[in-house]
Amino acid sequence: MDVKDTLFTPVFKNNPIALQILGICSALAVTSSLKVTVVMCIALTLVTAFSNLFISMIRGFIPSSIRIIVQMTIIASLVIVVDQILKAVAYDISKQLSVFVGLIITNCIVMGRAEAYAMKNPPIPSFLDGIGNGLGYSFVLLVVGTVRELFGSGKLFGVEILPLVTEGGWYTPNGLLLLPPSAFFLIGLLIWGIRSWQKDQVEAPDYVIAQHTPVEESA
Amino acid sequence: MSSNHESLGRVITVALVLCIVCSVVVSAAAVMLKPEQQANKTRDLKRNILMAAGLYEAGLTIEEQFERVTTRVVDIETGHYVDDIDPVTFDARKAAKDPSQSVKLSADEDTAKIQRRANHALVYLVDGEDGSLDKVILPVHGYGLWSTLYGFVALEADANTIAGLGFYEHGETPGLGGEVDNPRWKALWPGKQVYRDGEVAISIIKGNVSPESAQASWQVDGLSGATLTSKGVHNLVQFWLGQDGFETYLTNLRSGEA
Repeated sequence: MDVKDTLFTPVFKNNPIALQILGICSALAVTSSLKVTVVMCIALTLVTAFSNLFISMIRGFIPSSIRIIVQMTIIASLVIVVDQILKAVAYDISKQLSVFVGLIITNCIVMGRAEAYAMKNPPIPSFLDGIGNGLGYSFVLLVVGTVRELFGSGKLFGVEILPLVTEGGWYTPNGLLLLPPSAFFLIGLLIWGIRSWQKDQVEAPDYVIAQHTPVEESA
Repeated sequence: MSSNHESLGRVITVALVLCIVCSVVVSAAAVMLKPEQQANKTRDLKRNILMAAGLYEAGLTIEEQFERVTTRVVDIETGHYVDDIDPVTFDARKAAKDPSQSVKLSADEDTAKIQRRANHALVYLVDGEDGSLDKVILPVHGYGLWSTLYGFVALEADANTIAGLGFYEHGETPGLGGEVDNPRWKALWPGKQVYRDGEVAISIIKGNVSPESAQASWQVDGLSGATLTSKGVHNLVQFWLGQDGFETYLTNLRSGEA
């Protein structure tokens, strides 16, 4: 097993957001300020890594008829623990993340990796796969978060970069970037960028317009 | 997989063991972190109270700064302090939902759109350097555009001049209604007057307040691009400082009979 491959393939080659289009919901919701984004990325990476680890450890015992429920129980428990820890050590940020930490449970990346990888692979590679997919998710979120905070409120990590007109500076912020839909556009552009670079990610079109065939002239 | 793997007994055993392990982990985390979370919550509330009054200093601990503040329970109807309710355990939000501890507001009374108002409220009295009353901080809430805004209004000792205003919880649009958190907008409030001839006169107007206007000390600029949120803030300030809110208490406070 190649550690580097397991870790970094999900970042560009098989990015959970850009290629598999998973986990979009939280990518829209938590990227309006970078500080919150970073905490969300760490939380998701930890949950994915540890749920993969634990599921892989007991994969030999899980009856396949209840495997999804078993996975959900493990993921949900981990998410609650993460949420509790956040409330205890980073109260302000957990207030801003509010319901989205809880919603990691429904993040398709976590479930997807548990079902697709951890059920079939030994614990250590599964753990690394979880970290790798967390990194892939974090990469997209950080790019989106950087653009949204910088151009939406002129700041990065809450530190003023572009002085705003309302504070006596010159930069008129783009209000759209503070609203969740803007993340759609940014993720779209990102997917376009990645697919122009990694051509093999381009999906075959579902339908191809057929060649025009001239109608035979009736005699 | 072997048939043994899928047997009913096996399924039940796995499910049971897993549930027990997970619930132990989850409850252990919840119980062990509870004191820390509770402390965070109180600290956050205290910081918001201090920030609303413009007393918050980043360098000092919250506990030190809060030493000057006394928390009292007020009966909103009579405007007097109540001593048989413990301010530490009193939960205003719970009280507002409990029919035995709150009143239903009729449609024309309910300008802040809160539906029920608790009979009691916590007020925070800030003592000055010489021990006399310096500021009084009142909890307020009301509906904006998308969400209920929760915050505090701080008044000077004359119970008429605003010392500050701040919201600690709301879900208004960032950049538009969310600008209620903007320090530049909040800075417009201190010094404004609440009552004129016994009526609540403080209001948020559309656009900018002209300094020459005779009304200027009772008016605050509206937030541009957030007419409905401004309206909500206007309504909730009017409601809580008015007849159904703290007006009776403030009158008592002024005459020293609270």
